[in-house]
Amino acid sequence: MKTHVYRPLIVVLVIVGSILLARQFVVPPDFGVYERGFMYSYYRRSNEKEWEEFKVKYRTKQYCKDCHSDKYEPIVSSKHKVIQCENCHGPALEHPQDPPKLTVDKSRQLCLRCHAKLPYPTSLRGKLKGVEPAQHNPGMECSMCHNPHKPDMEGW
Amino acid sequence: MKFTRRDFLKTALSGTIASVLPLGGLRILKPGEVRAEIEKTNVRWGFLVDTYKCVGCGFCVKACKLENEVPYDAPVTRTWIERYVILKDGRVFADTPMGGRDGFVSLKVRETEIKPADIAKAFFVPKLCNQCEKPPCVQVCPVGATYQRADGVVLVDRSWCIGCGYCIMACPYGVRFFHPVYRTAEKCTFCIHRLVKGMKTACVQACPFGARQVGNLKDLNDPITKVILNERVAVLKDEYGTKPQVYYLGLDKNVR
Repeated sequence: MKTHVYRPLIVVLVIVGSILLARQFVVPPDFGVYERGFMYSYYRRSNEKEWEEFKVKYRTKQYCKDCHSDKYEPIVSSKHKVIQCENCHGPALEHPQDPPKLTVDKSRQLCLRCHAKLPYPTSLRGKLKGVEPAQHNPGMECSMCHNPHKPDMEGW
Repeated sequence: MKFTRRDFLKTALSGTIASVLPLGGLRILKPGEVRAEIEKTNVRWGFLVDTYKCVGCGFCVKACKLENEVPYDAPVTRTWIERYVILKDGRVFADTPMGGRDGFVSLKVRETEIKPADIAKAFFVPKLCNQCEKPPCVQVCPVGATYQRADGVVLVDRSWCIGCGYCIMACPYGVRFFHPVYRTAEKCTFCIHRLVKGMKTACVQACPFGARQVGNLKDLNDPITKVILNERVAVLKDEYGTKPQVYYLGLDKNVR
């Protein structure tokens, strides 16, 4: 074979070879085709584990109830039993170690999420007790008169 | 040649077996298929949204953002709530201020004052990733950075995503977005880190009224599977053929 054919052929082969070699190092060993076939599951398998180990921040009522039973007991017998502690108190994370104190959202805005009156006929929102925010003691925090843990205003 | 009764029975029996034996039984499986058979999962996560129960409080959006480290004040979110107000004269108003993160506290929809007497129907529709059975966002990924788990959840590999944005364009539900910090495609993970620990997703947990529910669609005794099988449910954009697995009770034709 003549060299003008031979030489570029070697160059091409070297390029292809080095790409294949580089691929061995760049592509993770667990990268491949899994359960759903090439179209839907062609990926790096260990990424599933990485997502599964993502940190849980909202720990649910069950996490709060043992230490804060004095707050937990009244709320579970009230209409606010459907609301998670963390909805107002913020995610528990590793409380009480980290953070030692949670920041409570006592803002008017928080209560108005449900209790701003919206007369929507085909939604549960229309059936919730609500106020007109501009008329009902504007500028005051709801918790000055209402106890969010005992919303029926008993003993208040 | 003598053809005995024994020969006849033998021939008839082997002929029957040969014709009954399906050719599929002799198929050679690909390595992936073999693995799939061995590790076969009996879990398929699905979601049920009851739009009658949703009050638009936005606790789900808040919880999702904090749980999944989605920048709180950036105009991106993995889940959001849409409000639809349909007037008696047929006009439709819809909005989702900050994805409904801070709830809906005013009758105003996009600066339009609406009189309560004019409302024919009004409701809230929570939205999130549909974890489609045939996810178009996964099909278009040129590098294999997004994939569907055996339990149906579609995830993004942040270390592998090149940020080309094809998947964001491909999703008919507008669920994907760029994560402002990681600069990769981002989407709802169905809180897979919570589901594998036996917990509910952050949004389901935060919902006070049970408007959002998550469950295993392969378990016939799962409360949400029962509802999906027995009640009148709908999915979003069925005509796209993506086979979404988030089912809605009380969906309206104005919801897209």
